[in-house]
Amino acid sequence: MLIETGETMPLRTSDDVVRVRQAVRLRAVGAGFSLVDQTKIVTAASEIARNTVDYGGGGVLRIEVLRDGRRQGVRLTFTDQGPGIPDIALALKDGYTSGGGLGLGLSGAKRLSNEFAITSAPGHGTTVTLARWK
Amino acid sequence: MSEIPILKIGDCLLVSIQVDMHDRLAMALQDDLTQRIVADRARGVMIDISALEIVDSFIGRMLNNIAAMSRVLDAVTVVVGMRPAVAITLVELGLALTGVRTALNVDKGLAMIRSIIDNAERADAHRDR
Repeated sequence: MLIETGETMPLRTSDDVVRVRQAVRLRAVGAGFSLVDQTKIVTAASEIARNTVDYGGGGVLRIEVLRDGRRQGVRLTFTDQGPGIPDIALALKDGYTSGGGLGLGLSGAKRLSNEFAITSAPGHGTTVTLARWK
Repeated sequence: MSEIPILKIGDCLLVSIQVDMHDRLAMALQDDLTQRIVADRARGVMIDISALEIVDSFIGRMLNNIAAMSRVLDAVTVVVGMRPAVAITLVELGLALTGVRTALNVDKGLAMIRSIIDNAERADAHRDR
């Protein structure tokens, strides 16, 4: 698998969440995603970016365009140095929220992705990686 | 004040969301609309989301909240113009928008609001007789 392009963006404010949506859209279009696939990865990005800002205290997003033979994909890696997630299985449950949200952010983003992984260490931060293939 | 204009047409309020909404803007719109429903004695609220490229759980929650608050204030909310790709994504995200009425476009949305208000008024008149 090849990484064709990569860029890193800061995630501090809700304006950054909007910028992330636009940047992910651009990469998904560039990778030849259909409109539905674009919408799915942009929506997933919006959910996780908001978590990074609201719960992780801000962080960064790495956007990569991948090629695996004839397949193209987009991989997003969100990293923060926030409080971490003590119970990832619980956080991935539909309807579970530690804040005031609907509790669909993580579980919904996972459903919208082809690949999804979370690593988190309480007190050290969280990394969420998701990818969608064309 | 939010940056999203709220238009009054008869006893209805019309909002057309034309910008990529950040979360504070969504919250401001929710507050503004609630106040305008009371101030303008509106019976209907139509929210046009045809320009929105995504609806995530935050915007979905805003739409749910507006519908719930307008119901409490005796107004009916209809969301119109959702793009097909947005609808497909919303369902997969797990957001059914169960409390929100939807219509295909502005014309159908206005007709829906009209018929709901008229039905409610007929029921009131029947009760008062």
